[in-house]
Amino acid sequence: MHKFLIRSFVSSLVLLFTLTVAAVAKDVKAAFVYIGPTGDHGWTYQHDVGRKAVEAAGFKTTYVEGVPESADAERVLRQLANSGHDVIFTTSFGYMNPTNKVAKEFPNVKFEHATGYKREHPNVSTYAARFYEGRTILGTIAGTMTKSNIIGYVASFPIPEVIRGINSFTLAAQKVNPNIKTKIVWAFTWYDPGKEAEAAKALIDQGADVIAQHTDSTAIVQMAEKAGVYAFGQASDMDKFAPKAVLTSVENNWGPYYVDRVKAVANGTWSQKDTWHGIGDGMVVISDLDSQMPADLRSKVKKLQADLASGKVHSFTGPIYDQKGNLMVAEGKTADDGMLAGMMTYVKGVEGDIPK
Amino acid sequence: MIKIVKRDQPSRAIFFFTPVLAIFLTLVAGGLIFFILGFKPFEALKFFFIVPIADKYGFSELLLKATPLCLIAIGLSFCFKSNNWNIGAEGQLTFGAIVSGGVALLFYEQEGFYILPTVILAGAIGGMLYASIPAILKTYFNTNEILVSLMLVYVSKLILDYLVVGPWSNPEGFNFPETRQFSDSAKLPLLFEGLRIHAGIFLALAAVVISWFVFYKTYLGFQMKVSGFSLKTAKYAGYKGKKMIILVFLISGACAGLAGVGEITGPIGQLHREISPDYGFTAIIVAFLGRLHPVGIIFASLVVAITYLGAETAQIFMQIPKYTGQVFQGMILFFLLASDYLLFFKIKFMGLKK
Repeated sequence: MHKFLIRSFVSSLVLLFTLTVAAVAKDVKAAFVYIGPTGDHGWTYQHDVGRKAVEAAGFKTTYVEGVPESADAERVLRQLANSGHDVIFTTSFGYMNPTNKVAKEFPNVKFEHATGYKREHPNVSTYAARFYEGRTILGTIAGTMTKSNIIGYVASFPIPEVIRGINSFTLAAQKVNPNIKTKIVWAFTWYDPGKEAEAAKALIDQGADVIAQHTDSTAIVQMAEKAGVYAFGQASDMDKFAPKAVLTSVENNWGPYYVDRVKAVANGTWSQKDTWHGIGDGMVVISDLDSQMPADLRSKVKKLQADLASGKVHSFTGPIYDQKGNLMVAEGKTADDGMLAGMMTYVKGVEGDIPK
Repeated sequence: MIKIVKRDQPSRAIFFFTPVLAIFLTLVAGGLIFFILGFKPFEALKFFFIVPIADKYGFSELLLKATPLCLIAIGLSFCFKSNNWNIGAEGQLTFGAIVSGGVALLFYEQEGFYILPTVILAGAIGGMLYASIPAILKTYFNTNEILVSLMLVYVSKLILDYLVVGPWSNPEGFNFPETRQFSDSAKLPLLFEGLRIHAGIFLALAAVVISWFVFYKTYLGFQMKVSGFSLKTAKYAGYKGKKMIILVFLISGACAGLAGVGEITGPIGQLHREISPDYGFTAIIVAFLGRLHPVGIIFASLVVAITYLGAETAQIFMQIPKYTGQVFQGMILFFLLASDYLLFFKIKFMGLKK
């Protein structure tokens, strides 16, 4: 008899627990729109990791992958808004106009657009990460590890986000090694393993012995592995693709933000926001540091990471000069977010011109 | 016993039957793939082919998607019928969009009834200009039009990249690769409130009617047909081959250019890097599935358009990977080519004889 009691007690506990979880979830459904396949091990992959965190928090999620930024994006968004989703994350810049357009038609659905700047309706928020903080770390490592003093950088598009990354990387590298030069190759793609590998090869041929990237595939670290030079993983921890070449990776960690926002929708506390989180908020994460790096460099990097997180160190602290030697940020000052958001000039030490 | 016998003449009935057979086989194979992936095949097919067009909005989206496919495929059928292998419709679409987008940007923040016709015309001219390159190279320098037209696709995309990243990028747009939004006068009018289907569909329908007339009622159509069957015969008959080659390429380019105009002045409303999800290539499947016949192309464009929409719905409701849409497009073409075997051969079932 008492066995039966215990059993029913336990099962009712389980039931209660399930009910509580269900009640918390309040049937809020989140949708994610991806530009690439979830298996790209870069940008989209990391957003999907974030989505899984939302699932783990007890919410239902849906995703659509490979949605082109053509006229198709709008239809996918409308379909998601129409089929009972309460919050929709659109995870590529090109979805900006369709997101705002569809948001106008569905005032009760919340829209979260990554990396854009338009919030035309009260139900549209934007979010992005301060990846440049991660690049300060990479620059410090690259400046220390290079022997040829030439660092290669595969860039995607000449937009402020990418220029900012190049600058922050170069400034940090110069700080530890004033002789370094950053050579840029513009791949004009976010994801094209063939083109990215070619770009990396061109840089290696020009003497670069550390390669950084602002494109999403694993082709560059694999090329570096083959050529015996160092590289850094982008978006996700790419160590397993090139264990010798990859010194560390800058990971995009969207999970906490996603869970936070979906919970806000469930609680009815969601409001329009423009989020720009960095290392301190955990949106930018530095992967394990490779043991090839000297111990003092590793501890230096750890400290820098902590200082960036606490705000003690800012990636853009003056004096900063542009290529022509004009002062961009005065001594003792730091660049404000407005300047960072519109940054379209290289700092001193970067080679070449920004494609116009 | 089964025996395969060569037909004396290709069967006309089979000619129009095999596209239907190909679609049927695609459905069967698709169902099988869904089953192997662990999805309920009938439910998956329902979400793929019925749910997306079950309501008014869905149906309007189908027409929106089919419009560029139909328009390009009609243009391509002029080329394909006459033995000219224009594989570069995607490039002609892109270049048409560039020219018409450039004109639309010239009229930024201006209103006027003359703007839209100018923008449309510019797109057609842009497509024609771009298609004239492989045509002229073919007629005067004997180059292979397949290679030239295909390679020019990539060139056109790079030109578009250059323009939207650099000189034409939105000055208020933080250097993101996109232009300003076109003014309302430069945009195709919407047909219904709340739906995206626009006046571009009339361009496609006009192309269908005109192509039917040209194919079956004009001397040019007859010339194209003869050249399609045998270039030697055409030469023997004294047809001016060069003129015809250039003409069909121009028509094809104009249609592709207009499809580009429809996208950028319709649902997109600006120029950016991704104006077409490879409509120019998919339209090749559409043209052949429709047997290069104007009416057939209408049906084919609807069938292929639904593979795009269905893939989205299937992922939203059943978590089936969206890329299955491309698998379906590939299967349709594969089964069509495979079943064309029946055009020239027939299968004979013979009684067992001892």
